[in-house]
Amino acid sequence: MLRIFSLVIALAWLPFAVSAQELQTLLQSHRDVIIKPSRKSVGPVLDTLVASGLPTVPGFLEAWQDKSIYLRAEDDLFYVGTTGGAGLVLLDVETGAEVVAGIGKKDAKQIKPNGGVRREIGSALVAFQLSDPDIARRTQALDALARALDPAQLGPLVASIDGEPDAALKARKQKLANYLQARFGETPTIRVAAIQNLSSDLSVEGRAVLSQILETTTLVAQELPDGTNVASILTPGEGGLARDVAYQMLVDDHDLPARVGPADIRRALEANLDGGTVGGVPVAQLDSDDMRLRAYDALVTEGAVPARVDAEAMDAAFADWGFYTVYVESDPTITEAAETAQASVKTRVGLSQTADIGMDAISLASIYFLAAIGLAVTFGVMGVINMAHGEFIMMGAYTGYVVQQIVPDYTLSLIVALPLAFAVTFGAGVAMERLVIRWLYHRPLETLLATFGISIALQQLAKNIFGTQARPLTSPGWLDGAWVINDVIQISYIRIAIFVLALAFLCLLLFILKRTRLGLEVRAVTQNPRMAASMGINPEKIKILTFGLGSGIAGIAGVAIGLYAKVTSEMGADYIVQSFMTVVVGGVGNVWGTLAGATMIGGFQKGVEWLNPSNTLAAQTYMILFIILFIQFRPKGIVALKGRAAGD
Amino acid sequence: MSTLLELSGVSVSFDGFKAINNLSFQIGEPELRAIIGPNGAGKTTFMDIVTGKTKPDEGRIVFGEKNISLIGMSESKIAREGVGRKFQKPTVFEQQTVRENLAMALKNPRGPFEVLFYRKTKLGADRIEALAEQIGLSDELTRVAGELSHGQKQWLEIGMLLAQEPRLLLVDEPAAGMTPAEREKTTSMLVEAAKTRAVVVVEHDMEFVRRLNCKVTVLHEGAVLAEGSLDHVTQNPEVIEVYLGR
Amino acid sequence: MQRSFLAQNPSVMWFLAALGLFTVVVTLLAEGTGSSVISTSFVKTLGKVLCLCLIAIAMDVVWGYCGILSLGHFAFFGIGGYSVGMWLMYARTEAIVETSMASSVIPPTPGEVQDAIAAQIFGVVGASEFPAIWMFSHSLVLQLLMVVLVPGVLALVFGWLAFRSRVTGVYLSILTQAMTLALSLYLLQNDSGLRGNNGLSGLQNIPGFDHLPQSTVSIVFFWASAVALGAGYLLFARVLSGKMGSVIRAVRDDEVRVRFLGYHVESYKLFVFTLTAIVAGIAGALYYPQAGIINPTEVAPIASIYLAVWVAIGGRGRLYGSVIGAAFVSLLASWFTGGGAPNINLGFYTIQWTEWWLVLLGASFVAVTLFFPGGIGSLFDRLKGEAK
Repeated sequence: MLRIFSLVIALAWLPFAVSAQELQTLLQSHRDVIIKPSRKSVGPVLDTLVASGLPTVPGFLEAWQDKSIYLRAEDDLFYVGTTGGAGLVLLDVETGAEVVAGIGKKDAKQIKPNGGVRREIGSALVAFQLSDPDIARRTQALDALARALDPAQLGPLVASIDGEPDAALKARKQKLANYLQARFGETPTIRVAAIQNLSSDLSVEGRAVLSQILETTTLVAQELPDGTNVASILTPGEGGLARDVAYQMLVDDHDLPARVGPADIRRALEANLDGGTVGGVPVAQLDSDDMRLRAYDALVTEGAVPARVDAEAMDAAFADWGFYTVYVESDPTITEAAETAQASVKTRVGLSQTADIGMDAISLASIYFLAAIGLAVTFGVMGVINMAHGEFIMMGAYTGYVVQQIVPDYTLSLIVALPLAFAVTFGAGVAMERLVIRWLYHRPLETLLATFGISIALQQLAKNIFGTQARPLTSPGWLDGAWVINDVIQISYIRIAIFVLALAFLCLLLFILKRTRLGLEVRAVTQNPRMAASMGINPEKIKILTFGLGSGIAGIAGVAIGLYAKVTSEMGADYIVQSFMTVVVGGVGNVWGTLAGATMIGGFQKGVEWLNPSNTLAAQTYMILFIILFIQFRPKGIVALKGRAAGD
Repeated sequence: MSTLLELSGVSVSFDGFKAINNLSFQIGEPELRAIIGPNGAGKTTFMDIVTGKTKPDEGRIVFGEKNISLIGMSESKIAREGVGRKFQKPTVFEQQTVRENLAMALKNPRGPFEVLFYRKTKLGADRIEALAEQIGLSDELTRVAGELSHGQKQWLEIGMLLAQEPRLLLVDEPAAGMTPAEREKTTSMLVEAAKTRAVVVVEHDMEFVRRLNCKVTVLHEGAVLAEGSLDHVTQNPEVIEVYLGR
Repeated sequence: MQRSFLAQNPSVMWFLAALGLFTVVVTLLAEGTGSSVISTSFVKTLGKVLCLCLIAIAMDVVWGYCGILSLGHFAFFGIGGYSVGMWLMYARTEAIVETSMASSVIPPTPGEVQDAIAAQIFGVVGASEFPAIWMFSHSLVLQLLMVVLVPGVLALVFGWLAFRSRVTGVYLSILTQAMTLALSLYLLQNDSGLRGNNGLSGLQNIPGFDHLPQSTVSIVFFWASAVALGAGYLLFARVLSGKMGSVIRAVRDDEVRVRFLGYHVESYKLFVFTLTAIVAGIAGALYYPQAGIINPTEVAPIASIYLAVWVAIGGRGRLYGSVIGAAFVSLLASWFTGGGAPNINLGFYTIQWTEWWLVLLGASFVAVTLFFPGGIGSLFDRLKGEAK
């Protein structure tokens, strides 16, 4: 404590302590300790050094800790030494100026403090670093401190809080100080108070502190030693303690006879071969467990091998011994407080995780929506099934990639890429409509197959042009990072951007279909093409525009998806089945239906992933099975048209 | 003449629009009946309900002596019970021959395995010949149905219906798009068929209905507006109002 | 009956004669039995092509005749392959394990043998115990039953669900594709019990016949495939003849009308869907021992799409058309992708067919759909027409 006090004073005096040879003088006065420091003797010296308030002290301490302080034989002074190409170079401890270079090992003696001393020096240094004027160094010191919580650093940390100018860093310091208090506080009261503070802390560090306090070991004892802080009493064969494991603990710790497993029996039999028989049983008959046991038991009677421990013997041993999980922390008030705090943290974490899954589901739904909405336009409004839709998504993504190769600024390239991707896929869609689909209206299965052909060809073309490896589509800097709500809930900005984009497209499409001349004509052509034609609407033009629009949206979706996933020639194929599912589940011919379908599929997939987080493949499998079943109950989707309009 | 089909209090609505509104209807066996009514009166929906294509929201439909309820039965089951239906557009299987079309319709077990192991019989062949004779397609038996004229397709379809040997025949606008001579022939086919079974003809064409010379039911807004001889219903002021008033 | 059936369907006679002739010629030329003009690997390729022809006629029946564009029949093919592969792998590993354990001092117990086999087979996916679905793998008879039963039951259940809710047309196609995707994703998991994306391998080694050279094994499988194709052709030709064929084609053309004729359309579809799925399973069971390895990518949706491509190019609604399509396109594919096709130098760019084959296939498929919907098989009809 005293050292801390003197440090504070020293720091206060720092600007005024200007002197030429003071450090060397000071060092010389503690010469013996510095040359041969021990953990005990070094304390007062460090205190003195810190109290001197010399600006050169931290530098010296670092060098000392690094084992680069040398005592020159010639003048018996301390120097900082560096080993370069020209041998040892000695620098002045005050100014850092080079004094002499290229001297031999015998000319200067290296001072090598032991580990304990270096730690002491380190904590003295932490005090300096925690108050360093450079914020980067302070952050670094805090990071180091957080990585390995050390009770010795509690003092310097607390002392540095008041002088901390940066608010965020100050909060961090307080938090870390609280962690230290919780684990190493001097009295139980201090610790319990600190632990209670942790009950609303969702950070990984905070949770780690609690679980460290609650660390347990398994204890086997016939009688519990006094003052044992028992967490729970275990029964072998129940809960987390298997009978075999429990018995093995008795074997290991208390020298009970070891169990004899099948492998042991086999080994014992092999070792006790006697001619063609073991224990009276011919070797050839030893191909069943029963015969092996009989042979082994015969060996036991002969006294050649230890007896088997059967279930009854194990039961007897278990009756004799108690199995406990025991807190490493011996004070029950502290573990109780920590348990309470942990329970509260767990509840909060659970809630936050649920919210986080919800957000994930929404962003996944946005992606499905973006991928599917173009399809909903072509499939739903025109009844044309376009299996190359996924490849249009891919084309959009590659457009974004190519633009980034030409325009280096990521923001600008994104602004260029979005409309360009729309234009490219709009063109591709129109070309496909004119060249292929136009001839296949009212032959939906043929359309499906022809567009499959296009999809195969486009995929391979992309592979030929861009290669098989994934191409990056880098998002601009302002889309990096995530919106952190708390330590559990965070959403990357890209996902938010995709959500916003999806929302924008929903509004745009609703606007186009419901409020514009084009939308009116599209609906007219959908419902009665002949009537529409007789009213001066050109159905061909409308079909081209609708198809182009649907394909164009796929292109934009491609840019968006490429930003958060990889751009490959197969990315379209990854989305096509899901997109169709989205449209079909939602209900064909309806923008809202697509939204509902995307929400349901995204939500369901995330829900399954939540139940079985390690396995996204299983989640997709279950999702598809669910969709197949769902269609049983609502063959026309969530938002279904009824009656005659459905047109059977 | 006993009652073969009876609908009582049947209603069905699509998105709030009542296509059939508390409809009650009866037909005996044998009987020929014409159903007329303006567009949207519910004529096609009436057929959809009887044949099981549309499920009514309420009401009951009973059929035959045992008063079997047709509600909830599948279309194919209803067809096997003895209800035949002819669509407005001639729907024959155009890629198959006239003989194949008729053979498929012949009254025989309909299960997949029974059909798979079905063997042609002399009886069946004779029946097909007789039907072809009846619908005037004896010379066309080996032709592909798609090559037939519009009228011939209509007759083939009627022939297929007769091959099913239904007890109730529902016929939707049989005379549409026919030449006068073809109409004549169609009329006599229907009148002939009605001698042994119940036949319901839905028709727009008053002239054709007059020729059928049978009891007429007038549908309007999904309910029966009038029933009786053609002369009787055409003098009904409400019918005149519905047909001419607008 | 049988004679009159063949007499009524001369094309079946022609097909069987051609298949028989082909089999004899290949046998005479093959390495194992004849003059070694055809290498063992090419015999295997031809045997595999025959299996593909078998699944192609199944596809033609379900799509070309019954109008159900199933994008899932390769899943049934794969299931057949996995079913037989499980026995092949089990029996072969068992033989290896027993050989290696024979030298041990004490004879192994059945349990130890089982554990050793399991460790051998599932070591790659980090497991060492047999999953429940392998419980019949020790028995060839039971696994052969699975070849028929698993695709059959799966098709029955899936078809019942789909047809019952009147899912038709493109919706049904997409649903079958989803089923295939679900299956392949399931198989890709390491804990699927079928070795994840490693699949089953070493299937070309037939347990109990280790002493036979592959040249002999290959020709035996070629014969088996030829017999299966002939039998399958006969079976489907029989199903499609007469009244059953009439009803099936009628379902394709206008299922509503068929319903009003009193036929329970769903039963017919289910019958066709299930029967073809079983045949697809059998084709797969014959294919994979010749291929030697099966993994989940074989079951991926794209495989079923290629199947539709073969049938479309060969000509739908003609059994021999689908055989021609499958044989033509799959042999062409192995010629192009195997580097057999000469590259085309355009001066500024060289077209390498290994890279451009799929582009060509996709484009020609579009062209066939647009300009040549009858496929290759329709050429025969034209010839027939001119002969008249």
